[in-house]
Amino acid sequence: MKKFVLKRFLQMALVWILVSMFAFAIIYFAPGDPLYMYMTPGATGHKLTEAELQAMRESLGLTGNVFQQYAAWAQKMMHGNWGISIQTKENVLSLILGKLPCTMGLMGASMVLSLIIAIPLGLIAGTHKNKLSDNIISALTYVGVSMPAFWLGIMLVIIFSMQLQWLPSSGMRSIGVNTTWDLVKHAIMPSIVLSMNNMAVFVRYIRSNTITQMEEEYVLTAVSKGISKKGIMYGQVLKNCMLPVITVVGSRFGTLVTGSFIVESVFNWPGLGTLAMSAINNRDYPVVMGITMFSCTILLLGNFLADILYGFADPRIKIGKE
Amino acid sequence: MAKLVSPLTQAAINAEEFAKVEREKSYVEASFERGLLHHLGKALKDNKLALLCLIILCIIIFSSVFAFLSPYDPDAMDVMLKMAPPSAEHWFGTDELGRDSFTRALYGGRVSLTVGFAAMVVSVIIGTTVGSISGYVGGTVDAVLMRIVDIFQSVPSLLLIIVFFSFVPNNMMTLVVMLALFSWSGVARIVRAQTLTLKERDFVIAAKTLGVSHPMIILKHIIPNMTTQIIVAASLSVASAILDESALSFLGYGVALPKSSWGSMLQNAQQYILYDPLLALIPGAFILLTVLCLNILGDMLQHALDPKLHK
Repeated sequence: MKKFVLKRFLQMALVWILVSMFAFAIIYFAPGDPLYMYMTPGATGHKLTEAELQAMRESLGLTGNVFQQYAAWAQKMMHGNWGISIQTKENVLSLILGKLPCTMGLMGASMVLSLIIAIPLGLIAGTHKNKLSDNIISALTYVGVSMPAFWLGIMLVIIFSMQLQWLPSSGMRSIGVNTTWDLVKHAIMPSIVLSMNNMAVFVRYIRSNTITQMEEEYVLTAVSKGISKKGIMYGQVLKNCMLPVITVVGSRFGTLVTGSFIVESVFNWPGLGTLAMSAINNRDYPVVMGITMFSCTILLLGNFLADILYGFADPRIKIGKE
Repeated sequence: MAKLVSPLTQAAINAEEFAKVEREKSYVEASFERGLLHHLGKALKDNKLALLCLIILCIIIFSSVFAFLSPYDPDAMDVMLKMAPPSAEHWFGTDELGRDSFTRALYGGRVSLTVGFAAMVVSVIIGTTVGSISGYVGGTVDAVLMRIVDIFQSVPSLLLIIVFFSFVPNNMMTLVVMLALFSWSGVARIVRAQTLTLKERDFVIAAKTLGVSHPMIILKHIIPNMTTQIIVAASLSVASAILDESALSFLGYGVALPKSSWGSMLQNAQQYILYDPLLALIPGAFILLTVLCLNILGDMLQHALDPKLHK
């Protein structure tokens, strides 16, 4: 087990380094100077001199060749110094951490929502294999995985914000209102849109798990012991069905991160995605790099924890004994 | 005594059953000889839903290819007819510049489908090459290639593509390459697993004994025997490529203007949902329908062609 954890951890670190190199290389080789906005007189009308530009380059770690720059960046990153936003002069890490609660709240809400809905639906579909209820649920999961999330978002806005006027179409709070209910009202549609895809994947997964579990011999034993169908379902099958779901939940972190970017852009949700988009549009390299690596870390940690948890939760899996 | 069945009828029933069993047996035996098209045809014949999906897909593809038959130019503006509701002339109405929505959706389909299918072809080629080499050679090569596959599977792909296109000017070529770059790993895994089982089969061993070269064995004996699995993977891969492309275009990092795909049409329509919700409905419905059909078709084929699932 220890060996397995170590192996997975090293693999995770390798992926992290490769992703950072890839992102760094893109930004380094991209045309255009990151200090462009200081070279031309902007709102202040002050044009920086060559000496000032050089000093700024040095302070931002933009001197030397690509390897030196990468090494300098990586060293700073390890020490928690993620650089300073070119645009707002704020510390990148604190900028990200400031936006984090909004995105995390959305991701958490959507994860909870998708599990709450997916578990019963998956169990119903699995226990009523090929019956009407299963067919309807399965058809819905196909729609769920095939629908572009942003389109669902736009459709929901049209129906619930414009036609019915029940829910606000964008933002996180109404101006001047500071109640929880207001926040919940703003969060309903983004959470639904973000959870749709995961929900469909979970339902399918739980359904096929339930079908395999129902054919296991312990179910037959329980039936012959006279345990009611409900008792078998909740007492035994449910537990065994939920185990593999842990891994799926972990592996869906990636879609959750990129999904939240799309959802935030549809609903103008002031989270990491919105920050990333504005940083990308303004060529704010330190922020882009910071958000890329931050999202990558969340995603890798999700996968990593899922694998480890799965190993602990299912004693039949003797990981590392090869 | 009346219940006694005459031995003659008993024999007749047996003969009938015997003939039936023989027929099935010969069919199964013959099916080994039959080509892929026959299997696909039978799978589609047995599964009406899959057939329906195939027909819908064909209609979407053909109408996109023959979009030039539409009486309207996708870029011709008609300022007098801004955001017109559906009518006999304009089936789905017109957009904010008076362009025919239906024609534009068909031309958008050209872009989306081209990107989707091209990305699929590239990713299937890379995936099949890597997967078959990895499975066939085994050992260190396998270990290294599979670690690379692992890495590609755990990378935040959409995010990296967005970062890439925010600094690199995008066109259809780079978009296809980027989408394929992050999707071949799934195909490689499937192909590797198939290669591992196929390389132990008698016909491969026979070919080896006859002195057929390794690349020839892979090309002539291994890959043709997993065409069905590759087709299933390809169909699901087109679906995900179209979805990813639409998300990228929606965020403004997809196909560059003046070309517009379903995703970029949606991005454009979002500004006008207050005035014309239909503008947003159509391209999204096209994406949903196409991806839905591809997904259902892929899954159905997988079930139909998987011998383990035949009961």
